Amino acid sequence: MNPAALSVAEVDQGVLLVSLSGDWLLGSNLPAPDPVLDSLRQLPGLTSLSFDSQSLGDWDTGLVKVLIAVHRSAAANGVAIDDTGLTNGVRKLITLAFAVEEREGARRVVKDKTFLEQVGENTLARVAQGRELLAFTGELVLSCKRFLTGKATYLRSDVVQYMQEAGAEAFAIVSLISFLIGMIFAFVGVMQLELFGAGIFTADLVAIAMIREMAAIMTGIIMAGRTGAAYAAQIGTMKVNEEIDALTTLGINPIDFLVTPRIIALIVMMPLLTMYASLMGIIGGTFVGLAMLDVSLLQYVSQTIEAVHLNSLFGGLFKSIVYGSLVALAGCQNGMACGNSALAVGECTTKAVVSGIVLIVVSAAILTVIYINLGI
Amino acid sequence: MADTQPHITAHDLTMAYGDFLIQKDLNFAINRGDIFIIMGGSGCGKSTLLKIMIGLKSPATGDVCYDGEAFWSSSAADREATKRKFGTLFQSGALWSSMTLAENIGLALQQYTDLGAAEIREVAAYKLMLVGLAGFEDYYPNEISGGMKKRAGLARAMALDPEILFFDEPSAGLDPISAKLLDDLILELCESLGTTVVIVTHELASIFAIGNNSVFLDPVTKTQLATGNPNKMRDHHPNFEVRNFLRRGEAEDEAA
Repeated sequence: MNPAALSVAEVDQGVLLVSLSGDWLLGSNLPAPDPVLDSLRQLPGLTSLSFDSQSLGDWDTGLVKVLIAVHRSAAANGVAIDDTGLTNGVRKLITLAFAVEEREGARRVVKDKTFLEQVGENTLARVAQGRELLAFTGELVLSCKRFLTGKATYLRSDVVQYMQEAGAEAFAIVSLISFLIGMIFAFVGVMQLELFGAGIFTADLVAIAMIREMAAIMTGIIMAGRTGAAYAAQIGTMKVNEEIDALTTLGINPIDFLVTPRIIALIVMMPLLTMYASLMGIIGGTFVGLAMLDVSLLQYVSQTIEAVHLNSLFGGLFKSIVYGSLVALAGCQNGMACGNSALAVGECTTKAVVSGIVLIVVSAAILTVIYINLGI
Repeated sequence: MADTQPHITAHDLTMAYGDFLIQKDLNFAINRGDIFIIMGGSGCGKSTLLKIMIGLKSPATGDVCYDGEAFWSSSAADREATKRKFGTLFQSGALWSSMTLAENIGLALQQYTDLGAAEIREVAAYKLMLVGLAGFEDYYPNEISGGMKKRAGLARAMALDPEILFFDEPSAGLDPISAKLLDDLILELCESLGTTVVIVTHELASIFAIGNNSVFLDPVTKTQLATGNPNKMRDHHPNFEVRNFLRRGEAEDEAA
């Protein structure tokens, strides 16, 4: 391979000749066009620039890139270009590159934002986000009304399928997590309560903790990661593919068709899963209790039955309904607010999971305070 | 250079999805610098043939040869090396939505050359100039129109100065004028660069305007009915189906 070389000389009065030789391939060591650009700027009385490419070997983008810089500089300095000395292919490519003028105002100017601008923009974005969430909730309430009065368009089979996905298919993970949580609670309970001979109260600890708080919270978090994320990704992808626009043009409200069935499915399945999770937690606790304490199965079970009141169960189930609706709301709302690119789908899914978990924890705190004040 | 040797050849190519046969016994040769059209009715396997040629799907039997070297029966490493000579424009552009146009074009350069960031950007800017998108380096794909996406996709396909360009329905979804401009652009670029082009299309206007070699796939007999210059095929091909397709279903049945 011949190394690329470039030389420049004023051959005639006002005529600059650029000689190109060797192989001009991108990625090899190409000479910079600086000597030509300097001559164009500095030599007085230049009128035209021509090329000699007789000893030019192979070429690709590397050559054209340099020649475009030369053309630009020549145009800026008012020097005419005589491109007859270039090979046909190069000449055509350069013509093509300059064929379409850069559109006025198309180029982006990247501007650094000041701290205040950033704070302001972020604040406005948060306000807009809050407003969107409120508007979405409002739409959802209206949609629920239509759903109850039978005016909403949706597929009954969809609702069943969502229930299957959110309920039955989540059985394995809910079993595993709640069983282990129950075991962990019982283990901690035994270690601490044994210190003052109250080991049997581990049964109370596990049952009350699972039924009142933990079953609902753990199931809620599992649902946020599993179902909330799925909702956001499904609806977000439909948004990207313009499927939501297709529904709207058919006169079908996308909230009625996509969001309400999902939310209803999750609201129905959450209490069932939570009840099941409580049971699994208590069973897990029983294993640890029987293994570490000197009690019989009958004793442990009757202690558990005495500890649990119906109020605790209803309190826990109500919480699970709240968590379920918040997770579904976060999932669907973020899905509907998705931008129109693959990246946006990922972002909206992340947001759905994070905001789902935050909403669960915040509402758990609020509900616990309310329950204490109501004496439940 | 051995210019007499065909650039790309297909030998007894059979394509199938599982047990479902798409096309069988495909044999054609593409010369260096040809603009080769893969045509045929909807569902005849045009896009599948393209996928086999660019290495996305393996053929059931047979092989494609590039410069006389078998593609699918070679090692994975050889196949990767061959693929570097390809540039592909997908049907809807398939630009990476999380990257700007300049980054879309720059990724291949970053992967396969030692160029610095500034140089990569310069090359990307030049490629965008070629397709008439000067100044759009910092736009994201979802901020530009469908036609512009196609052209940006073309710029990306040309990033590494490929020897062979593959196009999947380049004019689908474009208005007739944009489609014509894109055809002209493809023609200009290939004449200047000497690139071999393989196009999947059923736009008759494009076929006659730019194609100088072609293969016609038939969904009924599941094999090729004709190969050669589409203009000649329209007027003189003995097979009625081929003439009928190339005349929008208005060929007279002068079957011998």
